[in-house]
Amino acid sequence: MRRSLLGAASVLRSNAIAPESLVSRGFAHTPGQPFTATLFPGDGIGPEIAESVKKVFSAVGASVQWDEQRVGTTADPRTNSFVSRENLDSVLKHRIGLKGPMATPIGKGHRSLNLTLRKELQLFANVRPCFSIPGYKTRYDNVNLVTIRENTEGEYSGLEHEVVPGVVESLKIITRVASTRVAEYAFKYAADNNRHKVTAVHKANIMKMADGLFIKCCREVKEKYPDIQYEEVIVDNACMQLVKNPAQFDVLVMPNLYGDIISDLCAGLVGGLGLTPSANVGHMGLALMEAVHGTAPDIAGQDKANPTALLMSSVMMLRHMGENDMASRIQNATLDTIAEGKYRCVAM
Amino acid sequence: MLRKAATSALRRNASNTSTSGQARGLMTYVPSPGDARRQTVTLIPGDGIGPEVTGAVTRIVEALGAPIQWERFDDFGGLDSNGKPVTTVPKEVLDSIRRNQVCLKGTLFTPLSKTTATESLNVQMRKNLDSHVNLVHGFSLKGLPRGVIRHQDIDIVVIRENTEGEYSGLEHEVVPDVIESLKVITSVKSRRTAEYAFGYAYLNNRKRVTAVHKANIMKMSDGLFLKEFREVAKQYPMIQSSEIIVDNTCMQLVGKPEQFDVLVTPNLYGNLVANVVAGLCGGAGVVPGANVGDNVAIFEQGARHVGKDIAGKGIANPLATLLSTSMMFRHLNLPDFSDRLENATLAVVQSGDTSLLTPDLKGTGTTATFTNAVIKQLEKKSKGRYD
Repeated sequence: MRRSLLGAASVLRSNAIAPESLVSRGFAHTPGQPFTATLFPGDGIGPEIAESVKKVFSAVGASVQWDEQRVGTTADPRTNSFVSRENLDSVLKHRIGLKGPMATPIGKGHRSLNLTLRKELQLFANVRPCFSIPGYKTRYDNVNLVTIRENTEGEYSGLEHEVVPGVVESLKIITRVASTRVAEYAFKYAADNNRHKVTAVHKANIMKMADGLFIKCCREVKEKYPDIQYEEVIVDNACMQLVKNPAQFDVLVMPNLYGDIISDLCAGLVGGLGLTPSANVGHMGLALMEAVHGTAPDIAGQDKANPTALLMSSVMMLRHMGENDMASRIQNATLDTIAEGKYRCVAM
Repeated sequence: MLRKAATSALRRNASNTSTSGQARGLMTYVPSPGDARRQTVTLIPGDGIGPEVTGAVTRIVEALGAPIQWERFDDFGGLDSNGKPVTTVPKEVLDSIRRNQVCLKGTLFTPLSKTTATESLNVQMRKNLDSHVNLVHGFSLKGLPRGVIRHQDIDIVVIRENTEGEYSGLEHEVVPDVIESLKVITSVKSRRTAEYAFGYAYLNNRKRVTAVHKANIMKMSDGLFLKEFREVAKQYPMIQSSEIIVDNTCMQLVGKPEQFDVLVTPNLYGNLVANVVAGLCGGAGVVPGANVGDNVAIFEQGARHVGKDIAGKGIANPLATLLSTSMMFRHLNLPDFSDRLENATLAVVQSGDTSLLTPDLKGTGTTATFTNAVIKQLEKKSKGRYD
């Protein structure tokens, strides 16, 4: 299944490289061999930070071929979106991709970019490691957690209707299939990355059936991982505990909405979206890493953009492909540069 | 954003450590005849730490000599005497609250039960009494022990719609293993929440009201909430209004909470945002709250955590419930009792003596040491306005 993504914890705690585990990725890749990855530079500062990644990769000698893809300026009728069939086929072929920030096209009659990518590539989990960056001080130190968010259903099903004027119903969907899938991913991730605890975040005291099903699935998956601690925390308490003492959390697994809010909250703890890597995971090893910050059109083209988020996402990409050596080198270099403090971008 | 004192002509109360920094006015409070009568307030100690913190409150209110008599419901809790979950709020309790119009509440436990027919007791109460606003006031207290809070200058009021949204309790299994849960947003309830929020801001000299939403994804439901918010905002041109997406709100709160003033939110986001704010200000033991509707006001902790892990150990922090009681006194037109309670309580918290404070404030004390210290403060020669 999944390859270990960002083994930040082990790297930061010791200088040992995370050991490779033999995991079926669904496609073969021998570390050291060249591979091709899709690259969506994106808009605004996207192209500049994508250039940074390419430069860093050549400096470290990574033999990655980039299949650069640009999202269209008109909707592709085959996909009903600005993301074209070719864009999608590229990721499906290479199984691995890196995406910069994309501007949301205005207008109706087509699906949003993220929704298209998510649905067509069946990206069922969003993974964000959040760790206190040595040398970049925020009010929270000792943060070292990973948020794993179910990415396909829940409150974001887009199913709303007006019952009568002034009364709107919005449907939240929770299924066993999606909940089990993300729970299995979370426990496997924890096991592969030497993480000790998985916390399921829910509101099953109020949404007894929906979130009740979610935690039921988590409990069932837990049975297969006796060595991993498991706990359940109600989402409001989770929010409070995260701002009081984030060090108590390790891996968090959540349905869609809570995951959205909590992953942004955690990004805020360590310095914001400009520093946070993110990975969207699909079946059989398919993964699309992305920088989750905005396009920052006001600073585009001025050599001011901060490439950290995209660089750290590219580190996740390398780890996913088993290129731990290179991943660690880039990760350490990035963190050391930030720690040194001499070459920081305006945003930091 | 602490409010500045009005003018130099206004004298401050000798130990004015008021959380909002507002100077107390020079002018006396003129009661109507009969205002000094004993008022009856419903008291629900509840479960977990509820009985301990409400016990502290009743002792302190007695020491204060406030004209309050309690109509107590000690037996009402999440589990009955046989340990079975209580499924309905007893009629006597609801009648009492309707009659007295004011209630002080500890915490009620909502068991994670398999039966979907069981609506949480808290939710039932709110719906029955239509206490549709949940107000939570988070502020960073000066003088707390080091490390309890990481931010200064927080003064945020969260106003949360409390009866609809995701808490409608409408769920069903479409086919096995596929659950639909309904979130309901209505223009009527969104409007009245916005009206309360702007009215609150206006009466409390607040400068900005911000709506928290996710209308980029939930275009119709949160879109409706925003629509009503914008309509009401037009009626208050002197108050700034703005909008922010909920995930960004949480991120901004942990980085720069001092940018926020009054936040108005639908049900679920309000729960999360209020808990983030409470966490930033020291936790469930610090932040007071109230549930307000037409002719009903229920005062309790801002973050409604039952605290089962610390229940019975005598270390629960009554500060939140005491500050909430102080809010209650203001609501009951007893402003001087409110001031005295607030001042005495905060004097203890800010005394620097950690042996008086409970462990959640990095103290070595207990509920009892804190309560006794507050009573001692009250018994000190009372510092009048003109001392």
